[in-house]
Amino acid sequence: MTARARVAVHKFSSCDGCQLAFLNLGPALLDLAAAVDIVHFAEAGPVDPEAEVDIAFVEGSITTPEDAHRIQTVRARSHHLVTIGACATAGGLQALRNGEDLEAWLGHVYAHRDFVAALPESTPIAEHVKVDFELWGCPINARQVLAVTNALLLGVTPSDEAEKVCLACKRAGAVCVMVTRGVACMGPVTRTGCGAICPRFGRDCYACYGPAEGVNTRALTTRFEGLGLAPEDVARRLRFINNAAPAFREAARTVTGDD
Amino acid sequence: MTERTVDIRVPILARVEGEGALHLAIRAGAIETLQLRIYEPPRLFERFLVGRSFTEVPDMVARICGICPVAYQISAVNALEDAFEVDPGPWVRDMRRVLYCGEWIQSHCLHIHLLAAPDFLGYADGIAMARDHGEVVRRGLALQALGNDLMRMLGGRSVHPVGVRVGGFHRAPEVAEVDAMLERLEAARADALALVEWTATLPLPDDRQDFDSVALRHRDEYPMHAGRIVSDRGLDLDVHDYERHFVEEHREQSTALFSLLDGAPYLVGPLARLNLARDQLPEPLRARLPARPSFPSTNMFDSIVARAIETAFAIGEAARLLGRYRRPDAPAVAVTPREAVGIGASEAPRGLLWHRYETDAAGLVRHARIVPPTSQNQARIEQDLHASLAAFGLDHDDDALRLRCEQVIRNYDPCISCATHFLRLTTERS
Repeated sequence: MTARARVAVHKFSSCDGCQLAFLNLGPALLDLAAAVDIVHFAEAGPVDPEAEVDIAFVEGSITTPEDAHRIQTVRARSHHLVTIGACATAGGLQALRNGEDLEAWLGHVYAHRDFVAALPESTPIAEHVKVDFELWGCPINARQVLAVTNALLLGVTPSDEAEKVCLACKRAGAVCVMVTRGVACMGPVTRTGCGAICPRFGRDCYACYGPAEGVNTRALTTRFEGLGLAPEDVARRLRFINNAAPAFREAARTVTGDD
Repeated sequence: MTERTVDIRVPILARVEGEGALHLAIRAGAIETLQLRIYEPPRLFERFLVGRSFTEVPDMVARICGICPVAYQISAVNALEDAFEVDPGPWVRDMRRVLYCGEWIQSHCLHIHLLAAPDFLGYADGIAMARDHGEVVRRGLALQALGNDLMRMLGGRSVHPVGVRVGGFHRAPEVAEVDAMLERLEAARADALALVEWTATLPLPDDRQDFDSVALRHRDEYPMHAGRIVSDRGLDLDVHDYERHFVEEHREQSTALFSLLDGAPYLVGPLARLNLARDQLPEPLRARLPARPSFPSTNMFDSIVARAIETAFAIGEAARLLGRYRRPDAPAVAVTPREAVGIGASEAPRGLLWHRYETDAAGLVRHARIVPPTSQNQARIEQDLHASLAAFGLDHDDDALRLRCEQVIRNYDPCISCATHFLRLTTERS
């Protein structure tokens, strides 16, 4: 009998919401713990950050010199490294500070700037180490983590859900909010996986799952302008949860005419 | 006693939410230094909000905390509706309370079963505890799942839900969804009362201290979605006057700010709420509470019982509000932005959460200020650590001292801006 798989959940700069994909499993959490050895997951209890593991799930972006060092150790000790969520995969909402005057911004929030250690930019894990699989989403959900865990344990490549929210909407029979009500919905350029919850709630998708495959951001931003959005309003739609994802960052630059 | 020099480094304190450090130095049998340091990487939300439309604020502030996103959303819409002089009416009020009940149930059950209880029963974590206390842990995780599903009904998902907007909700649940949820809530009442009984039997230390409790107070309901700010020393403030009495300081080596009430530490959270508003629990629930511990309580270790009582309350409260559910014609009222200042507060699972926004005529945010519960509790946690260690006795071995420090900190369920989980304890003795 082969040894039980060893799993770790590591945390960098984030809101903890993606770790809840595990902690909110309900009684299924106990079933997962029975199937694998969870050797490091500080919020749940087990602490062994330098343990060798088969699968390391990594939440959060890199924002401090110490964390830039720590992710190297995690990579070296992990067979598979899987990023979970928008922070780890695209730098997160906190990447809104990239390219801004961080010194001035820290001064805006903290009285004593010199007490706070921070790198100039918030960066995704893949800018620092090789990532084996990325789970997009803010937040990711239980279905995603269980699917990727099972795939890796069975030795198969996890399937990458890169199609657009629009397709999930159509399958769910949801009425298109953009076509019927002129709402500036990000669904046509956003990756599925959420279950198209926003359009199904009658509101705009705000791209919390990041860019889909083969997106035509130009067509969408032109459509938004046709709906009456000013360029800065269009840019804000792109510069949100996944603002540092290249497809959104470039599209926002094109809209505002920045270099 | 033999003189010894000890240097303990615990790089990671498990089962708390947040990145911080504790420095404990003991010399000549006395605490020389005891400082809670928080060095979670700064995420600068107050700055990110500047230039954003009011319509984006609920989705943005949710990302401050994956465990209590509803609290951030409700305090924010309270503040923005205050700024725009919008009254979304009784249906929206009821449903926001129901959504909030879901978050309390989820957050409290997570904390009780996976973060706090293992300490008192001698287990490393909730999963290990489940091997001997399987029914208790499964019951707790099932209650947590019920809280999540309640949030899902009104928000689409439980982490960063998408249902709340300024003026109301994006969608009203169908009557059939509400009826199915009501059945589950009714069925969970007995489990919640059993949970209260169980927490009351835990071997909790008895450590009475003198502190001020602060919470919202609502005219006719247990505090949750709105109210005035009151304390057990007679403070009674409109939320607009918060800044006249509460001041945040930035201290060295901390990325969270310390908040003080008229210059002194104070407590927010479940124990503070129960201390101040136990008279507002429904009579049938009060009648079924265990005789011990009794509230008001000055023993922070009773917080776990307070969380269980609030869980039972939230299940009953959600059932009460959904019992009178009528699907409205529209789930939100129209909102016209204007140049204004708005202030809003609500009771996050961990305590009072206060927001202030300045907007321009188009409804873009000019300035934002957010005071989370954990920065309010931070000074109180330090004060408690001093008192608790003195009462406990400093000549215990390092493991026992460390465990006691961790337990004291966990009583507050700190969500240190909901970031990383490292609390470094360095003990120096000579």
